[in-house]
Amino acid sequence: MIRLVFLLCLLLASPARAEQVVAGLSRDSIGITASFDGSEILIFGAVKRFAPEPDGPLDVIVTLEGPHGPVTVRRKSREFGVWVNTSSVEIPSAPSYYAVATTAPMHEILAHEVDEIFRISVPEAMRSFSDAVERANAAPFAQALQRIRFKDGSYRLNTGDVSLLEDTLFRADFALPANLIEGDYVVRIFLLRKFRVIDDYSAPVKVRKVGLERWLYSLSQEYPPLYGLLSLAIAVFAGWAAAEVFRRIRG
Amino acid sequence: MQVYLPIAEISVNIFLLFGIGGLVGVLSGLFGVGGGFLITPLLFFIGIPPTVAVATGANQVVASSVSGVLAQLKRKAVDIRMGFVLLAGGLIGSASGIYLFNLLQAMGQIDLAVQLSYVVFLGGVGLLMFLESLRAMRRTRGGAKRGKRHVHTWVHKLPLKMKFRTSGLYISVIPPLLVGMSVGVLAAIMGVGGGFIMVPAMIYLLGMPTKVVIGTSLFQILFTSAFTTMLHAITNQSVDVMLAVMLILGGVVGAQIGSQLGGRMKAEQLRILLAALVLLVAIKLGVDLVLRPSELYSIAPGGEQ
Repeated sequence: MIRLVFLLCLLLASPARAEQVVAGLSRDSIGITASFDGSEILIFGAVKRFAPEPDGPLDVIVTLEGPHGPVTVRRKSREFGVWVNTSSVEIPSAPSYYAVATTAPMHEILAHEVDEIFRISVPEAMRSFSDAVERANAAPFAQALQRIRFKDGSYRLNTGDVSLLEDTLFRADFALPANLIEGDYVVRIFLLRKFRVIDDYSAPVKVRKVGLERWLYSLSQEYPPLYGLLSLAIAVFAGWAAAEVFRRIRG
Repeated sequence: MQVYLPIAEISVNIFLLFGIGGLVGVLSGLFGVGGGFLITPLLFFIGIPPTVAVATGANQVVASSVSGVLAQLKRKAVDIRMGFVLLAGGLIGSASGIYLFNLLQAMGQIDLAVQLSYVVFLGGVGLLMFLESLRAMRRTRGGAKRGKRHVHTWVHKLPLKMKFRTSGLYISVIPPLLVGMSVGVLAAIMGVGGGFIMVPAMIYLLGMPTKVVIGTSLFQILFTSAFTTMLHAITNQSVDVMLAVMLILGGVVGAQIGSQLGGRMKAEQLRILLAALVLLVAIKLGVDLVLRPSELYSIAPGGEQ
């Protein structure tokens, strides 16, 4: 509620373009704890106007994008009767997570050349990070990457999941999966009229392991020998303790 | 209830992990095997990345062999001298195995290598065990005589002989070193202890008496898999403690149940059951290699090296 009031205050302030987006997130950081089982994030906002509303429908697209990294895509083929990885292409940078929510089917609200500039749809978002994908022989690999990530829920297209009220207030709910990796995520909001982006907004969301998860992960990365010894100590102790406990129970 | 595994970076049902640990524990208690050969494929199956599954499998083997070694030491059923020779080979093998593992991983062939070694070794050992126990069952029925115990082969002609008093052997250190090495390589690549290879090798190749074989192999496995765990932790950062703890907790309870069950069954029955189980895992993995996969592409984070 306080946020809404805050937004309305913003609405009344600062002049600029004819229509502007102001937005907020239900949370700007997500902690991965030991019992982490996915998370939700609500992205909401309003359209600020300085002139009467123009004709034509208003649409909104919201994207949530995970940290990027290189990905190797491999293809199997049959060799000597066995399926073996025989060819591979490195996609230099692809988002680990990418969700798009829209008010209407993407092709009805967004022009292709605009998509190319803002890199909104999944294929465009991937293309922006790699020239390799442009190569003809790499195309099936890039498609496979999208197919696999769509299938496991890392990439999503939620058509109609942005609800727009009175052409002014909008909200989008994102369900983040349980296999979330940590990093800096980015929320982007696009305001669209007549296939064109009339305003956009972006905000960061930090996803971090916390507590025990954080501690174990950093230990394994920063002090691998110590981490190895810890793993061994736990294993040896558990093996010994179990044998002792059961010996007592029987004895 | 879900638990997020910090290294595997995946959230898994906690009871599923206890279940896998418990199941493997029951089998290891029942048959006296480490169970690594089951745990690693099961972890692949629930979606744990292969590198994490293999490294964490090695850590789990440490836990399951500790209690075994302690019990065998108390019974004086460990040939410590032989154990150290096997271990020396094991450490060399493990180090080269880790090197090979990282090389294959960079080449994108680690899944294939792991699966192939499972099919070849499990299939081979399973088949041998199956035939052997069939023969043993027929022999007990027919009441046939036992073969000669000491057979002199090429093994006894090699140099660098050493006395192994507990085993009552005077043989060259080269064969045990080689046995230890091959087990070390397997331990690193397959995430197994390697008992299923070492025990037959000790009996048939080295001619060790059966009563010290289990204890001595466990002794070697304990240290080799500890070393393997360390190397995986240092070179790949792929040991998941959280995953290991869940598997170990399930495993230690399962092992006790298994050993109680095992007391009520005949040795030949146990062996034929174990052989069937080993063969089943090998066949399943073999079929997966031959059938056309539903998705020909696979993705791995990180660039090509």
